[in-house]
Amino acid sequence: MPAPTNDSRAPFLRVENLAVTFPSEDGEVKAVRGLSFEVRRGETVCIVGESGSGKSVTSQAIMGLHKGSKAKVTGEVWLDNQELVRLSDRDMRSLRGSKMAMIFQDPLSSLHPFYRVGVQLAEAYQVHHNVSKKEATERAAAMLDKVGIPSARKRLDDYPFQFSGGMRQRVMIAMALMNDPELLIADEPTTALDVTVQAQILELIKDLQRDFGTAVLLITHDLGVVAETADEIVVMYGGQAVERGNVDEVFYKPKMPYTWGLMTSVPRLDRDQKGELEPIPGTPPSLINLPSGCVFHARCGYSRFVGGPCWEDAPTLEPTPAGAAHLSRCHLPVEARDGLWTARINGALVPEVLTAAPDAPEPIPVVANSVSEA
Amino acid sequence: MSTDAVETAAYSRSDKSANEVLLEVNGLKKYFPIKQGIVFQKTVGNVKAVDGISLKVRKGETLGLVGESGCGKSTAGKTIVRLLEPTAGSIKFEGQEIATASGGPLKAVRRDLQMIFQDPYSSLNPRHTVAAIISAPYRIQGITPPGGAKKAVQDLLELVGLNPEHYNRYPHEFSGGQRQRIGVARALALRPKLIVADEPVSALDVSIQAQIVNLLEKLQNEFGLAFVFIAHDLSVVRHISDRVAVMYLGHIVETGDSDALYESPRHPYTVALLSAVPIPDPDIERNRQRILLQGDLPSPADPPPGCVFNTRCWKAQDKCRKEQPPLVEIAPGHELACFFPIEPTDAAPTAQQLAAAAQFVEQEEPHSDTAHDFIGAGATEQAYLHNPAPTEEVTSWNQDDSSL
Amino acid sequence: MVRYIIRRVLQAILVVIVVSVVTFGIFQIGPVVFGADPTYLYVGKVASPNEVKAVRHKLGLDKPVPVQYWIFMKGIVVGRDFSDGTSTVHCSAPCLGYSFRYSQPVTQLIAGAFPVTLSLTVGAAILWLSIGIPIGIISALRRGSLLDRSLMAFALAGVSFPTFVLGLLLLLIFSYGPLWLRWFPNPHYVPFTQNPWEWFHNLILPWLTIAITSAALYARLTRANILEVNSEDYIRTAVAKGLPRRSVNRHSMRSALTPLITIFGIDVAGLLAGAIVTEQVFNLPGLGKLAVDAIGQQDLPVIMGVTILGAVFIVVANIIVDILYGVADPRVRFQ
Repeated sequence: MPAPTNDSRAPFLRVENLAVTFPSEDGEVKAVRGLSFEVRRGETVCIVGESGSGKSVTSQAIMGLHKGSKAKVTGEVWLDNQELVRLSDRDMRSLRGSKMAMIFQDPLSSLHPFYRVGVQLAEAYQVHHNVSKKEATERAAAMLDKVGIPSARKRLDDYPFQFSGGMRQRVMIAMALMNDPELLIADEPTTALDVTVQAQILELIKDLQRDFGTAVLLITHDLGVVAETADEIVVMYGGQAVERGNVDEVFYKPKMPYTWGLMTSVPRLDRDQKGELEPIPGTPPSLINLPSGCVFHARCGYSRFVGGPCWEDAPTLEPTPAGAAHLSRCHLPVEARDGLWTARINGALVPEVLTAAPDAPEPIPVVANSVSEA
Repeated sequence: MSTDAVETAAYSRSDKSANEVLLEVNGLKKYFPIKQGIVFQKTVGNVKAVDGISLKVRKGETLGLVGESGCGKSTAGKTIVRLLEPTAGSIKFEGQEIATASGGPLKAVRRDLQMIFQDPYSSLNPRHTVAAIISAPYRIQGITPPGGAKKAVQDLLELVGLNPEHYNRYPHEFSGGQRQRIGVARALALRPKLIVADEPVSALDVSIQAQIVNLLEKLQNEFGLAFVFIAHDLSVVRHISDRVAVMYLGHIVETGDSDALYESPRHPYTVALLSAVPIPDPDIERNRQRILLQGDLPSPADPPPGCVFNTRCWKAQDKCRKEQPPLVEIAPGHELACFFPIEPTDAAPTAQQLAAAAQFVEQEEPHSDTAHDFIGAGATEQAYLHNPAPTEEVTSWNQDDSSL
Repeated sequence: MVRYIIRRVLQAILVVIVVSVVTFGIFQIGPVVFGADPTYLYVGKVASPNEVKAVRHKLGLDKPVPVQYWIFMKGIVVGRDFSDGTSTVHCSAPCLGYSFRYSQPVTQLIAGAFPVTLSLTVGAAILWLSIGIPIGIISALRRGSLLDRSLMAFALAGVSFPTFVLGLLLLLIFSYGPLWLRWFPNPHYVPFTQNPWEWFHNLILPWLTIAITSAALYARLTRANILEVNSEDYIRTAVAKGLPRRSVNRHSMRSALTPLITIFGIDVAGLLAGAIVTEQVFNLPGLGKLAVDAIGQQDLPVIMGVTILGAVFIVVANIIVDILYGVADPRVRFQ
């Protein structure tokens, strides 16, 4: 078990300006465009986004799963003190599964159906340590036990399909932890699971993180899961981070209309919300023909108040308020945003607050778009 | 942006308890036989997907049917609409018994009882145009809508928020959310009285889910539709439903008014289920007490004796292991199947209590407890469908349904 | 698993019985529907009514159809006698009938023809597996490259050639073509026991005829399977674990090649039942040629024998393939 370093506030994973592009028949798919964030030891960072936001591609790019394919990956990914983007696939292998490990969404399709679970686990260990099969199997049994699978030793001989969904995901977690990784990347680990099982798995990840000081990067679309697990959040849209910050900051004082839209479109278990939900109209953008200016402008109800900049200049990720650790990407005047959010959650979409903002231009008529089509 | 937001104040969840009862289900069972045998296949057991459920849906009301995988909610939905043949029990629609109906009477009922499916990618025939899909109900029922089928289709497209000009397009030209709207349009073609929606938003992105949920509510308001809304996402169900029924292993364990149930659940399973749902609020999450159920879901082929939840319940006592608690009304509109319900003053169970209560099941057959498992079917059925032998026919219990 | 096997065996027996009934039935259409008398196939044109009657009795053709069928099937188990009062021909079990064209028990005819078909099948199978699968693997690993595309183009050509065209073409070039290319003699068969080299030499062209088409097919299948498996999530997991390329490839091969077991079993069974076209083209006296000649001569016993044997091969192959598949794919085992 790696002891946490004295410099535990230094980021263990640092992603800088990551960009991933795929060639396709219709053109270049710019799946990730200039993404930066950090994960510290013992900390959980959640990447939230919907389909097409680039969150899964990000996690796979960090693991270097695109090496050798036609994808073009630029930028820097620093794992501890090693840069990964320029490493060859062969050099990455010694890191994969040992220093950093990944668990995927669907444990049934992510485990080889023809090999016994014990074999798959032992293999994960033997690839990085020069031990006998017997020793590796011993460790596999210990790991299965640690993740809460009853009769662990007996279950080593079972095949993946013989486990229930929740148990299978535990097997995946056990496999990822075989080599005591310092970074765990979890790509939608509980999306395919029932809610009670999800609760167990998230609790398990938290416990393991607490015991081993692992840095956790969790990809999800479920805001509830984020609220439950995250220390830091990165909100992704259209291949970019549109908001980034501490979990409380982003949940209670979001600063970007997409985040506002996400928060208001999700029904909450504890709220008697009998009014309409507030969905975000329209659909996510094409990553081949990206919209000009702000990638969200076509679906943003506030772009008409800001005017030209929204559809001409792509905003940059700026700290808001200035100097803070909370960053967002939007042309709306910074001082107005908290007010807008408050107005929004009180049901007013076109609040007086905005027109009162000092440098707001004249409202421009809404550009017709297929708002209701989704 | 939705300027309708201002109108939301006008849309209130009115009290529908005085409305007439549209759908009444009593003791509904759906068993799938497990066949074994060398030459002649004998039925050696049953997968009791739905094991005696009773519920009522009134006009204009939305009944949410929730539960996790293997609880039988999808099977229940399909059996109510007669896509599957009920093994036992009664289904009364507008007072008329339809569990055993066939032919003409059943077809007539289908005008008023429609279904929306889960997977918008596979529930639309990719070879049919949108117009063909939406107008199919007219053809099947031999009805010509006033103004002609084409006009009706275009009106429906507009109603669900799609461009009426697109009626000649094919499903693959639409996004997931749009396809689901097409499914809704199809269900609405005959202006039904009740729609069973089987996980209609589970396969969609969060922001699109909200659009579809709003659409369904708007249509309900406009046409006085009743819904049976089957889902595993408890937050969505709370939002859209008037009443909620919670299912576990083929049984309904608790039914009640949506708000009342979510605020003061009485059945231990409901309590555990609600405590497991994450809430998008970090403060609440930090201070929350979770009840983490342990143990495995028993197999529906071999449900435990007595109360089906007794193998994981921290309040279980001897009586629970012997007798099955009946679904009784403990307060007006609130039904419960439990001998030792949770009182508001009860403390949450400790981890030790939960561990002691849990029983693990030896898994031999392929078992699945994943939520959005496969297309359109419940996890129970699909667990067997997923691993067929290459030349051997699939175990026949999931093919016994030759209705329609 | 054992229950599964027993069930398959019982089903197999049922299939063989049904095949035998159907085949038998086909040849009754003449006598029963049109009143044609098959006895005339077995006697010369100038035969006295008495002789005809005697032959009819000897062959059992005067008995009702179901009885004829029963006698035939019984003969397979216990043997049978053909007697007309004066001479008796004994056909020992397994008696598949007696061919009066060749004046031999059918079983003997089959026993003589089988080694030919077996040589043809086994050789071709080894050849097509060792050519087809590696080509498929290489193509998949070098997907999109010039090598891949050329190999697949050849494979497409190979699959498109009908066997008889390919066989005749090979003969045309290598047996009857320009002198310097005449590497192979007139097509005929030499038993292995007689002259191993000649046996081998004469089978090369027939082997190639069958193998080229099948290798092409297997190459395309292998490539498609490997590419499909490589996009599976569990291969992604294997890479994410840090496994070296060869281990990842081992994982994919295991999944990709398993479905080929089924196809291979059926292919081999089909060939063992008689590679009809190839045997005709190359004049190999195997089961295929035997069957074709028998049909032409309406030699019912031989037809019955060859058909039933073919059915047996195929059902046995099916069972073996299912068992092997169960060994390879655990999900099947636990049904």
